[in-house]
Amino acid sequence: MATSSIKTSELALSAATTDSTNKLAFWNFFVAFAAFALALPMGAYQVLERSGMFPALENAAVYYASTSTHGVLMAYVLSTYFIMGFGYHTAVHSLKQALWSPRFAWVGFWMSTIGVVLAAIALLSGNASILYTFYPPEIAHPIFYIGAALLVVGSWFWCVLMIVSTVQWKKANPGKPVPLIMYGTVLNALLWLWTSLGVAAEVVFQLIPVSLGWVDTLDPGLARVLFSETLHGIVYFWLFPAYLVMYAILPKEAGGKLFSDEFARIAFVMLFIFSVPIGMHHLYMDPMVAAGWKLLHMFGTFMVAVPTMITGFTIIATMEIAGRLRGGTGLFGWLKKLDYTNPVVLASTLSLLMLTVGGWGGVINAAYALDALIHNTQWIPGHFHLIYGGTTVIMYFAAAYWLWPKITGHQLYSNKLVLTQLWLWFFGMWITTMPWHYLGLIGQPRRVDTVQAYQQAEELVRSWDFSMLIMNIGAIMLLVSGLLFVYILFMTSRQPTISKAEQEVSYAEAIHPPLRVPTLLNSLSFWNWAMLIYLIASYGYPVLQFWFIGTPESPQWGI
Amino acid sequence: MSIHIDPLEKKWIIMTSVIVLLTWVLIIYYAAVENVHPPSNVEVIDSAHLHLASGVGGGEFMEDKLGVHRDADGTLVVTMVAARYGFYPQHVEVPINTPIKFRMASFDVLHGVLIPFSNMNTMIVPGYVSELTTNFTRLGDFPVICDEYCGLAHAYMYGMIKIVPKDDFKLTAEVH
Repeated sequence: MATSSIKTSELALSAATTDSTNKLAFWNFFVAFAAFALALPMGAYQVLERSGMFPALENAAVYYASTSTHGVLMAYVLSTYFIMGFGYHTAVHSLKQALWSPRFAWVGFWMSTIGVVLAAIALLSGNASILYTFYPPEIAHPIFYIGAALLVVGSWFWCVLMIVSTVQWKKANPGKPVPLIMYGTVLNALLWLWTSLGVAAEVVFQLIPVSLGWVDTLDPGLARVLFSETLHGIVYFWLFPAYLVMYAILPKEAGGKLFSDEFARIAFVMLFIFSVPIGMHHLYMDPMVAAGWKLLHMFGTFMVAVPTMITGFTIIATMEIAGRLRGGTGLFGWLKKLDYTNPVVLASTLSLLMLTVGGWGGVINAAYALDALIHNTQWIPGHFHLIYGGTTVIMYFAAAYWLWPKITGHQLYSNKLVLTQLWLWFFGMWITTMPWHYLGLIGQPRRVDTVQAYQQAEELVRSWDFSMLIMNIGAIMLLVSGLLFVYILFMTSRQPTISKAEQEVSYAEAIHPPLRVPTLLNSLSFWNWAMLIYLIASYGYPVLQFWFIGTPESPQWGI
Repeated sequence: MSIHIDPLEKKWIIMTSVIVLLTWVLIIYYAAVENVHPPSNVEVIDSAHLHLASGVGGGEFMEDKLGVHRDADGTLVVTMVAARYGFYPQHVEVPINTPIKFRMASFDVLHGVLIPFSNMNTMIVPGYVSELTTNFTRLGDFPVICDEYCGLAHAYMYGMIKIVPKDDFKLTAEVH
């Protein structure tokens, strides 16, 4: 047993495998960050437009086209492509085996990319200004939905490859624990397969048929329930790789070891199981779901706090180990000894700080009596920008800085600029989202292009002025930081090349690397069955009810 | 197979579980004892034909039935239609510290309704009646804001509600 484990870890990947994986990772990252670069100025524009301080910018049609595009590119394209690129790289390097079929991966890549182009044409021409949440019975141009469907189906190719890689490895290494980062990656692939079913059903059975004129009507209630099945799981699909960077890359970068491998696996299976069948907290304020179902989904929503708390514990304990190994003493002395000039260490620290506050906001959203105060107010964009744009995307930056030299073979451009970029993103995110949280509490709705329209409530509108001024500063900081990120990656490709040794990929080890783990913490099929049963219990009736409550359906509407 | 769990991890898990359990218990308590529920009446209506007396849910949201009235058991009911781009009637007046039942339906697309500084906040989904009972605790004029994207002029969709002292409140127009 022991000898075979040494053998596997010494097994080197062939140069051809490494090259083809790097190419795959590079082009997935390329699309992700190109989408990011395109969507970023739109975000800044929306903040400035909405603030009402630049009347020349004001234009509702441009605003909603840009909001829809910003949402689709940031939430669906940046995330999905980043996750695919990172996942291919992880599968090959952590399992130390070639990808089953790189060609299959490229088919998925091109399918998704054609989808993105189709959706982008509809979005940028103003023919899909229905926001990234779709919102029937307002109906966009059919190529928007067809594009979105292709993007999702293309990403399923990635899921299949992650599963095949893991199953192949498990067959070749019976009884051994799947490397931690790969176990998280494959659970995330399964999570995405399960959670994308809702939106896929909505798009394929409702939106595409109506937009093409095959059917005349649809039930927006059913569409919302289906979409809610996707809406929470997708957030964990985005967040999962951010956690994986903290679990598997940070410990080594910080100069220590992971506090616990098994505890991490427990967090992963909980993230998987509790992130999908709980999406109805997005429907707390909706009339077509009965209160009991909302209560059931509330229980699960709070359960998601558990793996997040576990992650917080393990990562901070891991950082403490590193800090103490570097000579830190006392209760908090180790914090001072951490190397904050390392991009992964700095980003993880900043990410955890944003997660703490953002997670607290999430707990408020999860309690439906409190949700009534902030539902669809500016609080909500404040919350998800802090969690996704802040906590998650800053870890995408960190992963890119870590990976870029390894996959391109060029030395990273200016560590000083990298650190500036991360700090600027961190402060920009606070200065943008804190005013948004506050604006929500004092009654400002989200998704409006102007707040100047409520003339009869002048006092209320004036009370929003100060926060609206502050958010402009944050948005400009985010714009500068984001462009800096793209600039650094671009300049890296013009840097001197690095040696093969520096391109070596290795992942962190736990203090006690497990030789075996309980079957449940290494299994995929058990958790799939559990997911199926939990999903049927939580979504079965709420979806089936639409076949017998007799809703008069809605015709389609333009924007 | 045994698994290595550090004593600190055990304590952390216990603490986390206690927090989660406490939240559950609090929410169950308020649901069971104080009747705090999200708006969830699952009642269907033919949104495209709100103006007709016939059809699914017909009659309730006809033009002459909209506004503030008392139902049979004396509860104050506000019947409203949400449509691009306004709430109808556009102005309503209700007394402070009194349970007010809102019944709302959309004539076209998705809308939402938000009254700042209150828990009056619900989605209005075409095909369904939204019902919510609330209690206003601040005097004054407040906007009734559409808080769900409903089209390019969404930001212009709002009405006004005036919260008045109980003694000043009179039902102005009797709704039949």
